[in-house]
Amino acid sequence: MKIAVCIKRVPDMDVRFKIGSDNASIDETGLKFDINDFDAWAVEAALQLKEKNAGSDVTVISLGPDVVQETIRKALSMGADKGVQLKADRVPFDGLTIAKALSEELKAGAYDLILFGKMSPDSSNGAVGPMTAELLGFPCVTAISSLEITNGKGTAKRELEGAQEFVEFSLPAVLTVDEGLNAARYPSLKGIMAAKKKPLEVKPAQISNPQVRVRKLELPPERKAGRIVGEGAAAVPELVQLLQTEAKVL
Amino acid sequence: MANVFAFVESRAGEVRKVGLEAVTAARQLADKLGAGEVHALILGPPGIAEKARQLGQYGADLVIAVEHAALTNYSPEVATATAAERIKSGGYRAAIFSTTAQGRDLAPRVAARLGVSVVTDVLSFDVEGDLLVVRHPMNIGKVIATLEISGSPAVIAMRPNVISPAQNPKAGRVETAQPAIDPESARVKVTETRQGGGGKLDLAEAPVIVAGGRGLKAKENFKLVEDLASAFGNAAVGATRAVTDDGWRPHSDQIGQTGRLVSPELYVAVGISGAVQHLAGMRTSKTIVAINKDKDAPIFKVADYGIVGDVFEVVPALTEAVREARKHH
Repeated sequence: MKIAVCIKRVPDMDVRFKIGSDNASIDETGLKFDINDFDAWAVEAALQLKEKNAGSDVTVISLGPDVVQETIRKALSMGADKGVQLKADRVPFDGLTIAKALSEELKAGAYDLILFGKMSPDSSNGAVGPMTAELLGFPCVTAISSLEITNGKGTAKRELEGAQEFVEFSLPAVLTVDEGLNAARYPSLKGIMAAKKKPLEVKPAQISNPQVRVRKLELPPERKAGRIVGEGAAAVPELVQLLQTEAKVL
Repeated sequence: MANVFAFVESRAGEVRKVGLEAVTAARQLADKLGAGEVHALILGPPGIAEKARQLGQYGADLVIAVEHAALTNYSPEVATATAAERIKSGGYRAAIFSTTAQGRDLAPRVAARLGVSVVTDVLSFDVEGDLLVVRHPMNIGKVIATLEISGSPAVIAMRPNVISPAQNPKAGRVETAQPAIDPESARVKVTETRQGGGGKLDLAEAPVIVAGGRGLKAKENFKLVEDLASAFGNAAVGATRAVTDDGWRPHSDQIGQTGRLVSPELYVAVGISGAVQHLAGMRTSKTIVAINKDKDAPIFKVADYGIVGDVFEVVPALTEAVREARKHH
């Protein structure tokens, strides 16, 4: 199988973000970056398919400035075969712009399977995978939490709100990966050494005019300080009273 | 005059509450644009047209119902083709979807087919000349972006529960239509939609969510959470990532950065410490109640009301008190 995985470098979310001086970007000073978790699970899914299907080949693709090479190398050290950087000064917010640039690269690749994480936590838009599928004219299943592929046919499971959906699809296809599909492997020392010698091609990204522009970023208002109603079961009557008369939710 | 399109989700032959929200949002937007019409599209099994008649009450001027025996389950390719064709021929200024598992799947595809962009998880919108200006959470809700959408139609997906379904009766003329492609020809087929337990409320739709964390100590103790949810009568059950990772609850119940993003009227956190990853999924809830034995737990920083105490003692007492309070309504 010929598999492509599109990955993104994202900041660690466990921090207090600062807005940049243009009021429309995040101040990246001091932030730590790594591969998006959902994308790491997509890489893992590709590697597991490669292990089951002899002669398979996994290409990882990332759009962005040269720092994304570090993220690509991480996927290579997990076991992917080659990397492609679609070089751009920055990653635009507009999912269509990104999907167009990726599909330009992907359409020539004759891939059986193209994998994405279901979304990235920074832009939190989740559009790039299904948009790329549409531009390529490929079948697409989003947010999968299980996957089986046999004889050119796939089955997958999706988690809905309060339900699960079981899906059949034909290949070639685009899939986006949800949590629960697998646990991503850590790169081994051998993998890290091998990754240094794997091919990483750099090409200019075809960036079209975005239709969505970030006007401004703000930190959300802090929730007003709450109160401890009391301790133990003795506090229950007062809590119920507050829910009825103050919050009016009961 | 600019008309607005709304995609109304159905599940198991019923109109979903998020669909009523989409129509309500479309009505608000059409009014902002100036006396535009709202056209609502719904796909489902035979009988869905009758169920969709109510959409007129929420402000739909026209309801387009696509009935087909093969549309009991969601069909991504049929929905994409049918919505895209309708939006293209209708010349709409905007198209509104829901930020659900289905809407997240559908809205980007429809937008791409129309050659326009999409913004999902929209909190609010406004019209400024040729721009649709929307607010959208980024960085797991730690940053709020104001975005300008210049493409037309502007395709957006609303976050569930930020707009309550509101009565605004319009003609609601129901028109039936054919799917744009034969459902049998679809390359992606949903073979089954399995409901997660009898009549359980949907996390995206429930006005109340009771969620449990590691503080419950064992899978079987989730019964406490379920009992409290049933005492409220209109509550769904959620869980933290630690709990779903341990298999106490299915992944579909996970609320947080990598799970569901919810904004109910009331969120009750039971034995949840309040890790960043969890707070990301629930901090926009309108009222938050936390019950935890550790008075320094971060959950108390976002909770409107907290009780410090043993969940095994407090939760049964609360369940009883909620049951009593609801009896007197």
